Amino acid sequence: MKFLRDTLDKVKPNFEKGGKLYFLHSSFDAIETFMFVPNHTTKSGSHIRDGIDLKRTMFFVIIALIPALLFGIYNVGYQHYSNLVTPEAHTFIDCFLFGALKVLPIIAVSYIVGLGIEFAFCQVNGHPVNEGFLVSGMLIPLIVPADIPLWMVAVSTAFAVIIGKEVFGGTGMNILNPALTSRVFLYIAYPVEMAGDIWVSGIKEGLVDASSGATALGELGAGNEYTVSAMDSFIGLIPGSVGETSALMCLIGAAFLIVTGIGSWRIMLSTVLGALGMGLILNMIGGNPYYELPAYQHLIIGGFAFGAVFMATDPVSAAHTTMGKWIYGALIGVLTVLIRVFNPAYPEGIMFAILFMNVMAPLVDNYVVKSNIKRRLSRVKA
Amino acid sequence: MSTETQAVEEVVKEREPLFSKKNRKLITNPLDADNPITVQVLGVCSALAVTVKLIPTLYMCISVLFVLVFSNVAISLLRNVIPGRIRIIVQLLVVASLVAVVDQVLQAYAYDVSKQLSVFVGLIITNCIIMGRLEAFALANKPGPALMDAIGNGLGYAAILIPVAFFRELLGSGSLFGFNILGEGYPGNGVMMSPVGACIVLGLLIWFQRSRNGYTEEA
Repeated sequence: MKFLRDTLDKVKPNFEKGGKLYFLHSSFDAIETFMFVPNHTTKSGSHIRDGIDLKRTMFFVIIALIPALLFGIYNVGYQHYSNLVTPEAHTFIDCFLFGALKVLPIIAVSYIVGLGIEFAFCQVNGHPVNEGFLVSGMLIPLIVPADIPLWMVAVSTAFAVIIGKEVFGGTGMNILNPALTSRVFLYIAYPVEMAGDIWVSGIKEGLVDASSGATALGELGAGNEYTVSAMDSFIGLIPGSVGETSALMCLIGAAFLIVTGIGSWRIMLSTVLGALGMGLILNMIGGNPYYELPAYQHLIIGGFAFGAVFMATDPVSAAHTTMGKWIYGALIGVLTVLIRVFNPAYPEGIMFAILFMNVMAPLVDNYVVKSNIKRRLSRVKA
Repeated sequence: MSTETQAVEEVVKEREPLFSKKNRKLITNPLDADNPITVQVLGVCSALAVTVKLIPTLYMCISVLFVLVFSNVAISLLRNVIPGRIRIIVQLLVVASLVAVVDQVLQAYAYDVSKQLSVFVGLIITNCIIMGRLEAFALANKPGPALMDAIGNGLGYAAILIPVAFFRELLGSGSLFGFNILGEGYPGNGVMMSPVGACIVLGLLIWFQRSRNGYTEEA
């Protein structure tokens, strides 16, 4: 550590104003604060700062994602081996290694492309580099199928960072969640590659039994009964995108985010309540297997848990007022179930629901603030 | 066509030459600094709808240019006889009859393209660029400048639509003018095939144009 600090201090003058490499100062700054807590002191105003700055916040989210990531890596291998046409003996380690070989390249591509673009934009605009992409870069690999071609990851990441974030002014200014922007881009741009029997690794090469690839949402969307047990979908040993199959791992992540105060428990809770409520209403109507799916099942199939915990709570694109968070979350839950059940063309609703509410969040906040002003004004008059 | 252009030239010769500096500006301004689509943000609907492939886009651009030129000159000639209170109806009448001509010609000589453009040929009647130029320019100017203005705006419209269609066809279906460029293996891109892609490409073009021209938002 000492060596690192010394090296950084030695090259630092080059990057300061007047130095030879001043034009690279935002990149240098990014690397320095990545390694060490910045030595900033306030010059005016409040003198007490929270120890948790943006970089620390982002790291806590990454830590919360680790259970889902590790489980996802294992599950990729597990699904592959347990559905092989010609069965092979496999151990826990085999599954994990197979998954790692599939998932790590996706993570690497997502980070290299995303951070590359982010650094380039900050360099050109002279902004300090923000850490906003650290989380997005981890979220993107977790919400794609394991067999996705790497160039698609690169294209969608570039799209998300440029169109989803940088055109609005970079980290903190985006109206849409960047990771979901990349996912929705993939979904609409490459519908053939992103739908159908893709959810078990190796299915395209014919290594894996083709009938095994259907997800719960796909089956239900096609009007069939859903046969996987609730326990399996809760634990997550089912086909799906890399990191979103396990509701259990998302719960662990949620617990961490709530305890550290990073993620809003209001949004998570209201999203769950919204989905449950809508699910119960549909249960009462009944009519087809999807309507009659027990409401709690909506919470554990598909990417609902992952979306509610890690996507909906994105502090930038979510609602900011307390009341707004309740409304925002509840509507995400309601919309998710509505899109799933009513629109067979889009098997998964959480992605569209969150993006739609991202767009609506400023409106929700606006009305919450207005009604608050109204209430307090009427108190003054009385 | 010939009678009308001759009439135009006769009127203009009395005052100033057709290609005076001021009149040349009428053509060049809409191409960039005062572009009808990227700056005035008019006619965006058709820009999103017809730009999936280059060939229909070209036909659309020519159609709009044709309608714009003839209606602008016609309204300019009629400007002193049109009663102010019914001017919009008269403008619509002129535009609609021109569009009917375009539509019939396309159906007769380019049936496939006419099929692809479907309602959007008919919707040229409601194209804001045409109505906007008639209201803002033709009603107050002589036929000569009106002709230049129409050509400028028609070309300005094409100057945006063609690049948008170029990127959409190239990225969306991997071809240009229907010829495969990126190879058979190119999977296409659904975003570029849908109007969303046009919206994004258009936005990027505006971004590029504004950063080049040094545009700043007026408060």
